[in-house]
Amino acid sequence: MFAQLDVVPVESPEVIWAGLIPIIALAGGAMLLVMFRSVVKHLPAGYESPATTAIGPVTVAVAYVLGGIAGHDLPFDGVRADIGDGWFYLGFALVLAVSALFVWTLDIGLDAAFTLGVSVVALTATWMLWIDRTTVDGAFNSIGDQIGVDGFSLVFTGIMAVAVGLTALLLDDYIDREGVGGVEMYVLLMLSAAGGVVMASANDLIVLFLGLETLSIAVYVLAAIHTRRIESQEAGLKYFVLGGFSSAFLLYGIAFVYGATGSTNLIAIRDFLDTNTLLDDAMLLAGFGLLLVGLGFKVAAVPFHSWTPDVYQGSPTPVVGYMASAVKAAGFAAIVRVFVVTFGAYRLEWQPAVYVLAILTLGLGSILAVVQRDTKRMLAYSSISHAGFILVGVQAASDRGTAAVVFYAAAYTFLVIGSFAVLTVVSGPGDRATSLEDLDGLASRRPALALAFTVFLLAQAGVPLTTGFVAKFEVIAAAVEARSYWLAIVAMLTAVISAFLYLRIVLAMYVGTSSDEVLAQPKRRVPTAAILVIGIAFVVTIGFGLVPDPIDQMARDAVPQLVAAG
Amino acid sequence: MNSLLLAEISRPDFPVLTAIVVLPMIGAVLLSLLPRSRPDLVKQVAILISTTVGAMSVWVLVQFETGAAAAEFQFADHQTWISSLGISWSLGVDGISLFLVVLTGVLFPIAMIAVDEKHDLKSYYAWILVLETGCMGAFLALDLFAFFVAFEIVLIPMYFLIAKWGHGDRAYAATKFFIYTMVGSALMFVGIVALVFLNSSATGGPLTFDLQTLANNQALSTTTARWIFLSFALAFAVKVPLFPVHTWLPDAHTNAPTAGSVILAGVMLKLGTYGFLRFGIYLFPEAAVYFAPMLITLGVIGIIYGAIVATMQRDLKRLVAYSSIAHLGFILIGAFALNTQGLEGSLLQMVNHGLSTGALFLLVGMIYERRHTREIDQLGGLQKPAPMLAAAFMIVMLSSVGLPGLNGFVGEFLILLGSFAAHRWWAVVAATGVILAAVYLLWAYQRVFHGPAEGDNATMPDLTAKEGLVLLSLISMIVFLGVYPKPVLDRMEPAVDALISHVETNVPRFNEPEAEHLEPVHLEDLITEHEETSSEGSHD
Repeated sequence: MFAQLDVVPVESPEVIWAGLIPIIALAGGAMLLVMFRSVVKHLPAGYESPATTAIGPVTVAVAYVLGGIAGHDLPFDGVRADIGDGWFYLGFALVLAVSALFVWTLDIGLDAAFTLGVSVVALTATWMLWIDRTTVDGAFNSIGDQIGVDGFSLVFTGIMAVAVGLTALLLDDYIDREGVGGVEMYVLLMLSAAGGVVMASANDLIVLFLGLETLSIAVYVLAAIHTRRIESQEAGLKYFVLGGFSSAFLLYGIAFVYGATGSTNLIAIRDFLDTNTLLDDAMLLAGFGLLLVGLGFKVAAVPFHSWTPDVYQGSPTPVVGYMASAVKAAGFAAIVRVFVVTFGAYRLEWQPAVYVLAILTLGLGSILAVVQRDTKRMLAYSSISHAGFILVGVQAASDRGTAAVVFYAAAYTFLVIGSFAVLTVVSGPGDRATSLEDLDGLASRRPALALAFTVFLLAQAGVPLTTGFVAKFEVIAAAVEARSYWLAIVAMLTAVISAFLYLRIVLAMYVGTSSDEVLAQPKRRVPTAAILVIGIAFVVTIGFGLVPDPIDQMARDAVPQLVAAG
Repeated sequence: MNSLLLAEISRPDFPVLTAIVVLPMIGAVLLSLLPRSRPDLVKQVAILISTTVGAMSVWVLVQFETGAAAAEFQFADHQTWISSLGISWSLGVDGISLFLVVLTGVLFPIAMIAVDEKHDLKSYYAWILVLETGCMGAFLALDLFAFFVAFEIVLIPMYFLIAKWGHGDRAYAATKFFIYTMVGSALMFVGIVALVFLNSSATGGPLTFDLQTLANNQALSTTTARWIFLSFALAFAVKVPLFPVHTWLPDAHTNAPTAGSVILAGVMLKLGTYGFLRFGIYLFPEAAVYFAPMLITLGVIGIIYGAIVATMQRDLKRLVAYSSIAHLGFILIGAFALNTQGLEGSLLQMVNHGLSTGALFLLVGMIYERRHTREIDQLGGLQKPAPMLAAAFMIVMLSSVGLPGLNGFVGEFLILLGSFAAHRWWAVVAATGVILAAVYLLWAYQRVFHGPAEGDNATMPDLTAKEGLVLLSLISMIVFLGVYPKPVLDRMEPAVDALISHVETNVPRFNEPEAEHLEPVHLEDLITEHEETSSEGSHD
């Protein structure tokens, strides 16, 4: 009797593991760390420091092997062929030694070093996949057709990895100073980045939602982690409630799109929309609207921005840098993937909505920024207006627009993490000293910090010879190419309004005088790790501002592709 | 054969223009590495660098080929910058930019030598050097992107110079300056990008930001070109500054440190007028002709308004600032007369204004240094304790008024000649501005230097040897240009003529209305005539 039943074999999807290495590194790293720390709360005295130092060479070795698995060749294979095995291994040993020395010089704790290592491994794997993308494989899908590995998702993976590494470096001293949190901050950081990577490479609306939730829930906790600051609690709760609300919108949107097209798979939806004309597209358009609300919340587009100032002001400063860079980048990656690529055939339907959203975001973000007294709030509003700029690139719905989005997201990541790194250092014990008055006379107290902050702020204002300028340039070029002249003009005019805000901060630092109270406080040493973060952001901002060709090239190669299932 | 060899030897492949632009920036980085405890060393290195740049610009002037070649871009240097957008690092100098480059090269070291700033010398000189990079870049760039970068970058150092080393309400002045200029350039930015994309889609060619290609293509429709011209014009009008977007200038000038004012008036205001010539007229000849009456009207309003407001100022520096608005109005009406005399006069007057207003700001700074006030009421009778200073002020002021024999006269004369041919009645109104200039400047001179010297005024020290030498160098240039402007005009003329013929070929029916029944005026004849008559006059 049982024999009569046909056994329907469960079709297991084809998994290309190589493409998942960045996600596995980030999520697996988080798991490893939390397991290790739940077993060993404290290493015996005297072991902590050697273990931390050892992370350097271990990271290099793991990155080398995993990079080799991700790509078709081991990293630096060409170099190896050129100089011969002997020299290569000598060089490799040297790199191992230097990496140990590097971690030792950084003077950071085990958890931070581990997180930095994970980010380096993820970045190496991403880089190898990026090289292969043009030479061997092209874009491909993993886990069936659920995860797309293409130039676009790889660039955003890289952005996530960089954001994790830089934020971890900032968190190290922050945790010591504030005496809050601990290993869970690093774990949540890596997990949320893994979610961000999933979001940027999702080929399915459901996968996208899973990524978004992983990303968001981790960040809700991070926002509330400074338990001794009531503002931090408030930020976490506010972010959580409003975030949950927006997730509901997103899910509802997914349901509508499924109803209209019969699939949640982006490839299937695109093919369906390309080949069919809907007689009644009300359900699809409702889906567009709800998706836009849900994703617009993540990138803080007006009118879904109202959580941003409070959350940015209340959350721990290093976490804010991460929110403004990685979380926002993941949101935009999803918007581009869903709207520009999947709903490309219906761009005339959604472009006007994004147009209006962009104008509102630009205008309100820059105007409200001007009246703030707290620098974290100011930068919150300025991040809203930057989101408006990126929306201008989205609105173009072209390859150039997508390249502009990628360029802007990459450039802004370094700018905003650099800015919040400076604020982390100056916000002092208690993470409170972030009002404009607290920055008065910073240039005479800490000239190097003030200079770096000035460069980050001016770059955000779009002053030439910085990446911020080139990013704005690319966005404006995309808008002009799409004939959206008025949008371009509005964007530039709001950039001027924002410039006023950045100048206020710069003026406070250079023209203001420090109060006696501030001068009387003992001057805390700037941690080496924070110097490194600020230094990297500074070099990237100026370096690629002077020679933007490499990032520009990368951004234009980072075109999302929805590869049809093979 | 011999001359060819000589040309090859004297013009090696050394990218002198790139060096002129980049060297100050390298110097600024170098300065920031010097120890804070050695302000004298910082100053010496800074002056050495800007003097080297000045020497290179003079070398360019000496090596500059005259004749027909002056209409071409010489010393051209071309490197790809952002390949996908057709952006290149492209520099070159022709008869239009040549003297502005030399003016910049000369005025920067002078401003640095003449003024002894008291605090934070390291960043002070570093910012001035960055400013020099920006100014040189803007005058030399032949790529719209490179030009915009340079045009924008000058804001930062000037902002810091005013905000940190300025007087009075310096934060307000600096921010106002920054925001005004940035609003203008924001629209120009969109204009540039639109021009490039529309040019590429109209011609089917790749994107290019190359000035000459864009100017020669003239691919845009008339209406579009007019819109884009307006976006450029707003940016330049703020920079010039043209009435009614001039209000940042008195604040910025009054509150800036002396060296800042000298550079702001001497060099930076010319970015606007130069922009009108190089980018406005050259890229959009039809729109330039179309909007010329409007711009000339604004220029004339600026002349009269600037003069009247200058007359009423109590602050000597503010008075000079308003006189700048009037002078820049002259430069603008000369440029938009769109004939040889007007354009040449306009170009010459840019140099003249740089020299004489630069010198005036230096002198006002010297008085302020000694008396700690710029209120005209509190000064008086300075001639007695400081005769040298008074004499220098007198000469510079007369050059600003436009006394024959000094440089201001040649420029204003040519401008009025040119604009009379093109827009007769406006020229007549503008000419009254010359009289008003005499009124406010002579009156100011009288109040400051004549009369009895009381209190601190009686004991004011005269010029030091260094100040005297600096002023002497400026005054000798003022006199030279006034007496013998021919070598300068000879180098300008081919480029100016080329620009006019560019306008004529691209604008149908240009030059037909008023100008046709006027006899063509030959410049050399006029100048020699003038020289003859004046020498005859002196014989009698």
